[in-house]
Amino acid sequence: MKAKKAAIEARGVSRVFAAKGQQAVAALDDVSVTINENEFFTLLGPSGCGKTTLLRLIAGFDFPTSGQILLYGEDIAVLPPFKRPVNTVFQNYALFPHMTVAQNIGFGLEMLGKPRTEIDARVSEMLALVRMEELASRKTSQISGGQQQRVALARALAPKPKVLLLDEPLSALDYKLRKDMQIELKRLQHETGITFIFVTHDQEEALTMSDRIAVMSKGKILQVGSPHDIYDRPAVRFVANFIGETNFLKGIVRPSGKVKLAAGAEIEAVAPEGAKLSGEVTVVIRPEHALLVKPTQGKLKGVVDNIVYFGTDTHFHVLLDDGSEFMVRQQNSGGAAADFAKGDKVGVQIAAGTARILKD
Amino acid sequence: MMAELNPAAQIAEAAQQVASKRNRLLSTPALVMITLFGIGPLILILIYSFLKAAPYGGVEWKFSTDAYLNFLFQRDIFDDTLQFSPDYLYIYARSIGFALITTIVCLFIGFPTAYFMATREPAQRNWWVLLITIPFWSNLLVRTLAIMFIIRDEGLINHILIWAHVIDKPITMLYTNGAILIGLLYSYLPFMILPLYSSIEKMDFRLVEAGHDLYANKRQVLWRVIIPLAKPGIIAGCLLVFIPAIGAYVTPLILGGGTHLLIGDLIAQQFGSGRNWPLGSAQALILMAAVLVALFFYVRNTTGKMTHG
Amino acid sequence: MVDVKAQPGFKTMALICLVLLYSPILILIVFAFNSGDIIMRWEGVSLHWFGVAFTNPEFQNAAWNTLRISAVATIASTLFATLAAIGMTRIKPWPGMKTAFMVINLPLMVPEIITAVATLSFFALLAQVLGLNFGIGNIMLAHIVFCIPFAFMPIRARLEDMDLTLENAAADLYATPWNAFKRITLPLLVPGIASGAALAFIVSFDDFTITQLVAGPGQTTLPLYIWDQTRRPMTPEINAISAILLLVSVLFITISFLIARSRK
Repeated sequence: MKAKKAAIEARGVSRVFAAKGQQAVAALDDVSVTINENEFFTLLGPSGCGKTTLLRLIAGFDFPTSGQILLYGEDIAVLPPFKRPVNTVFQNYALFPHMTVAQNIGFGLEMLGKPRTEIDARVSEMLALVRMEELASRKTSQISGGQQQRVALARALAPKPKVLLLDEPLSALDYKLRKDMQIELKRLQHETGITFIFVTHDQEEALTMSDRIAVMSKGKILQVGSPHDIYDRPAVRFVANFIGETNFLKGIVRPSGKVKLAAGAEIEAVAPEGAKLSGEVTVVIRPEHALLVKPTQGKLKGVVDNIVYFGTDTHFHVLLDDGSEFMVRQQNSGGAAADFAKGDKVGVQIAAGTARILKD
Repeated sequence: MMAELNPAAQIAEAAQQVASKRNRLLSTPALVMITLFGIGPLILILIYSFLKAAPYGGVEWKFSTDAYLNFLFQRDIFDDTLQFSPDYLYIYARSIGFALITTIVCLFIGFPTAYFMATREPAQRNWWVLLITIPFWSNLLVRTLAIMFIIRDEGLINHILIWAHVIDKPITMLYTNGAILIGLLYSYLPFMILPLYSSIEKMDFRLVEAGHDLYANKRQVLWRVIIPLAKPGIIAGCLLVFIPAIGAYVTPLILGGGTHLLIGDLIAQQFGSGRNWPLGSAQALILMAAVLVALFFYVRNTTGKMTHG
Repeated sequence: MVDVKAQPGFKTMALICLVLLYSPILILIVFAFNSGDIIMRWEGVSLHWFGVAFTNPEFQNAAWNTLRISAVATIASTLFATLAAIGMTRIKPWPGMKTAFMVINLPLMVPEIITAVATLSFFALLAQVLGLNFGIGNIMLAHIVFCIPFAFMPIRARLEDMDLTLENAAADLYATPWNAFKRITLPLLVPGIASGAALAFIVSFDDFTITQLVAGPGQTTLPLYIWDQTRRPMTPEINAISAILLLVSVLFITISFLIARSRK
């Protein structure tokens, strides 16, 4: 495999907002992360987690209080935005309302002082890329939201930036259009080969589109990894909780390495690097990794408390013997699931190798 | 630990300071103009109000509180004693009274109008706003003259009445208190409607439906829902009418004919040649004080609103 | 369908209000087209009195003065207001900005008659102590000052409405701050500037109070000329001139209004 080249590297970046008479707030707290060339990298987290601040620091709209931001090894933290070979797709698109679609797309190249013929050629190329050829001479107020989105993308891609920053670009679109644009974005990234840094609070969007995801909370990056890593191997409680649905079980690590759960059973659990392997721990089990069985067969035992039907699958809320709640998701393939009713005594089986110990 | 400021952050800070300085510089021409030719003259009349009047207009540069004393007292020509004279006070009271009546009547006519405008379809609304905006900005002198043409002895009303044999002699309407009141009302009605409209237009009309849903009838919805919500607009409108009405100059000049004085033309008279400039300055400052009281009331009311909201 | 929002009698009041506001002006204008010598005695439609007004050298002189004063006041106040609005919007507030804002709006708060007598005293003092008299320039200076806030309001409103990310987007696309201003901010600001200039023009063109007190002999403007006419035996010429003034106001108001409306 080819060695990966770092496109963006943040080193110990902090951004502290200090308002007069108020306590200083760290929007970013000592964040370090490396984003590789050609990667679709997503910053995922709830609003206020610092993901947009990090994006603004990379774009140059804001400056770090401390730390370095490197673009291909060169510190760009002191450069104003118009000197950074980085372009942004804004959340509200920020298309220039007094210009046509083509003028918008050509603006960056024009500002770089490119000759007219080159600009025109590149604009046509971009229009074709986002399939907007017929609308080139429209005013941006005369096109739909989805089309504005494409123009914003074309405008940001036209100057061939080294990195493309996307600030929740799909949040203003309705569900169907958003799904289409997700595929479109992947295609564009693939065709242009440009590094995409994508900011979103939508876990599904992050999981389907990204090569790697950084999950952020309260100004810190909690975990970086592939969608698989993040979903199947969450390192900390916040990540497990924020992405997908999860059962958290308390337990104690036995000298054997197994975990004795408070709910009774003793199970095998995988521990990530850096997790403590003694004393009280939290174990996570995804609902789809558990199976409802007869009370005699399962390691964990409880009573079905509630059943919620979702079409493709059904959620069983089981009250375990120690009083904690445990959710099991079963696909509706017309099998055993239907056999359990509210109030039934059941056992819960856990697929081997799926239970994980959290770091915190 | 407080981290050492980044070079980047330092540069950003410096850039911000440069921008701040540049922006201050951009505002300078306007500020200099207004300070020199707007605030300077105001300070000058403040000084003038404490000087002695020169016999043929203008001032003598000697300190004196005569202007303020003259406002309330008259100096007896024979024994040089001060005697209370309420003439000016009476004019001020009359002006304030006229301004109040104007404000109330404008509100009474303006509120239904503004509400009606705000409940039209958007396209129709624009036309209404333009129709009210035109008199708002139109020449006040010409609009006042238009009233004069209608109500003077040889004016339209008398003409029609005589023609119809209702009367055989013209009724005197010009140069009366009534004429001034009609003129003030006519002049400042648009000043009431536009702020009222903009506050009613922003209103969430689902609240009206909610009011009806909770068994309120139209009148109750009006008094318990609509009017309380329109309060900022009502206050702004009343102020926009009251402040210019209290200092009105053109209206009493043309419709009062110099006999029914209001503050505005009283002040102007003092600045004619051979008149008493310091007294006029003092009178202007007393008017300014009345306006400031009204503005203070407004600011207190609106900022109070914000902290509540 | 019943309109839940409607209130009884409000429509009638609105219509009365329109009649109240418009009938005097319309009557005034109608009689400008009277061919007779006496205003209220209708003798047929004619443009006679417009002709009389236009050929009257006094009217011509007043119109020329008015146009000169309004042109200078409009250009200068719009320029100052534009600079100030740019300097006072969307930037970290600089120290004293609140005060500066109040200073700009001061001419709106002070009753016009006070401004008029204060300005009169000021120019009288300048002439007396320094021997300075700018002639018609005195009126221009006074007009510039009180036109600034009128021009300032729509320009500032436009700037505040403007999407800040547009300038960020320009910077992101390699536009230097000056280029971003020239290519993005300024073109988007033009309607606000035009609207402000139109308002400044109306306010200056129509001003009577301040001009009357500040004007020296021979510095008659159109409103002053009309006022002088009312003190002589009146002919429909005064209606004709009033109609012209109203027409100019309506024209500029409508322009300003339409520009402001076209924002979205």
